[in-house]
Amino acid sequence: MSAVTAAQWIKARRDPSWIVKLFDWKPFLVVMCLLPAVGLLMTFLTYPLGLGIFLAFTDTTIGRSGSWVGLENFEYLLTDPIFLNAVFYSVFYTAIATVGKFGLGLWLALLLNQHTPFKSIIRAIILLPWIVPTVLSAIAFWWIYDPQFSIISYIFVEVLGWRSTNIDFINTEWPARFSLIVANIWRGIPFVAISLLAGLQTISPSLYEAALLDGSTAWQRFRFITFPMLLPILAIVMTFSIIFTFTDFQLVYAITRGGPVNSTHLLATLAFQRGIAGGELGEGAAIAVSMIPFLVAATLFSYFALARRKWQQGESND
Amino acid sequence: MATVGVRDVRKSFGNFEVLHGVSVDIADGDFVVLVGPSGCGKSTLLRMLAGLENISAGEISIGGRVVNTVAPKDRDIAMVFQNYALYPHMTVFDNMAFSMKLAGAPKDVMEQEVGRAAKILGLETLLQRFPRQLSGGQRQRVAMGRAIVRNPQVFLFDEPLSNLDAKLRVQMRSEIKELHQRLKVTTVYVTHDQIEAMTMADQIVVMNHGIIEQAGPPLVLYDRPANIFVAGFIGSPAMNLIAGDIDGDVFRTPDGTAWPLPPGTRVTPGPVTYGIRPEHLRLDPEGMPALVQLVEPTGSETQVLFRLGETQFSGAFRERVTTRPGDMLRVGPDPALVHLFDKATGQRI
Repeated sequence: MSAVTAAQWIKARRDPSWIVKLFDWKPFLVVMCLLPAVGLLMTFLTYPLGLGIFLAFTDTTIGRSGSWVGLENFEYLLTDPIFLNAVFYSVFYTAIATVGKFGLGLWLALLLNQHTPFKSIIRAIILLPWIVPTVLSAIAFWWIYDPQFSIISYIFVEVLGWRSTNIDFINTEWPARFSLIVANIWRGIPFVAISLLAGLQTISPSLYEAALLDGSTAWQRFRFITFPMLLPILAIVMTFSIIFTFTDFQLVYAITRGGPVNSTHLLATLAFQRGIAGGELGEGAAIAVSMIPFLVAATLFSYFALARRKWQQGESND
Repeated sequence: MATVGVRDVRKSFGNFEVLHGVSVDIADGDFVVLVGPSGCGKSTLLRMLAGLENISAGEISIGGRVVNTVAPKDRDIAMVFQNYALYPHMTVFDNMAFSMKLAGAPKDVMEQEVGRAAKILGLETLLQRFPRQLSGGQRQRVAMGRAIVRNPQVFLFDEPLSNLDAKLRVQMRSEIKELHQRLKVTTVYVTHDQIEAMTMADQIVVMNHGIIEQAGPPLVLYDRPANIFVAGFIGSPAMNLIAGDIDGDVFRTPDGTAWPLPPGTRVTPGPVTYGIRPEHLRLDPEGMPALVQLVEPTGSETQVLFRLGETQFSGAFRERVTTRPGDMLRVGPDPALVHLFDKATGQRI
């Protein structure tokens, strides 16, 4: 009887099957792993974007596939006062709303970073404007701005008696522009406040204690510690905020539809108006495409001007 | 430079009192170490000295001036934090010059003062680096530099070495001690490491559960610990503490083993705790036969864990002991170096 001891026994090596070999072959594996992601991106991102850009160079209308017209759509738009007004208002809307959102959002974040009672409840309340569907809050603002039933007018006229007539919020050019900006700020504050609060909480409390011992005032602690340390996250949040605001559609479309007399059209609402409601797909696409340079510029600005600082980078000894 | 007085200071967080009336007097230029296990209140006391925590009751004075209501920046103190608290977005120079920048000092004064501190600490070549680009020991030095630049009356250190590796810790320990000898600034240093306390302090304050167990020079604490807590806390390896009774002129454990008492003891018979440091046990042909359980040679000395009856105790011998677990060795305590503590109160007899 020949006993096999553990030291002698060797497992018979079997040749792997062709499918195992195939998956062990790196190029094939790379393609297989990338395929789902690339497929999804191509279908849902590249195709619509590419189609939109393509349409911008055609005179397609709804029901009739157009022909290639080169830059004609853009040439026409540059002479169109409504388009130029939409460009102006998009920039104005984004600029004022961003300043407002970041001013108030940073202030709120700083308040919430203190030890206040009921802190978690207040934080939850602050998130409310963000989790309410935009159209819902737009309808609420529509009521608030209503010429006849506005609650603000009611308070000023009936309750306080400070005015004899209702306030005109959305029926003349400039008040309408500012009313929409206020609504956008209200909606955008939670995102900014909560993101910046997260940033504030990464700053070690001992830095403030050290600064306190170094003789700093509250303003100096903000100026020399909080603000510089918040800059990187501020840059990211600001990039997102600018993109969201510049491409805003829902608030404006639900409250004013671009009126009165096209004065509150953003590029997105105008593109929709011309492309879908008006049927001029080519022209609408051209308006939408014209947003791209602005967005790229905004992104590059916040990326390079605000983002990575030397002190954040790795432990190089230069 | 200044004296520091702490008089019956109490601290409560809500209804929970963490410091129960602490009094310490620190002489001008002294290096005082607050030492104790985690949660004993030593860091809280330091932060109260710095003004980062309110004082619930009692009085703290720096340089003869009561500072209970004085803002931290006006107390003329500088603090080194456990995590160094360097401003990550500022260079070493800006970190060290920050207090002067806030005070609006002219640039040449800043350069001169930072240069002086950098020279003391050997940081001259690192001034333009950011904290991220420094090693742990360098960051530690920058934190000290930031304190030196301010020319404070009192230095406060909050466990400054606990983030460093063992070797660097020993090196920085002597650097801090040397710095103190050069600058002669009153220093309060918090640590949980009794070796740091023993090696650095002029005066050690041993704290536990919010009270001071004993305060005094390191060797006094080692030679005459006031109670069982200090006896067990100071010294490494820790003192053997054995429960039993005084029985005539010997100490007797419950299993009947007799241990010699210090010469000339006059103690009434009764329950006591018998303390003997491992390094005060001797190999003695006349001694008690004890079973060797564990042998730990460290090169400079050999630590042996013994068992005698029901009692386990350890010994540390300078000479090379060649023994193995299971052997019997005859050991005996040096009777003159035996400590006796009251069993009920824990106080030294």
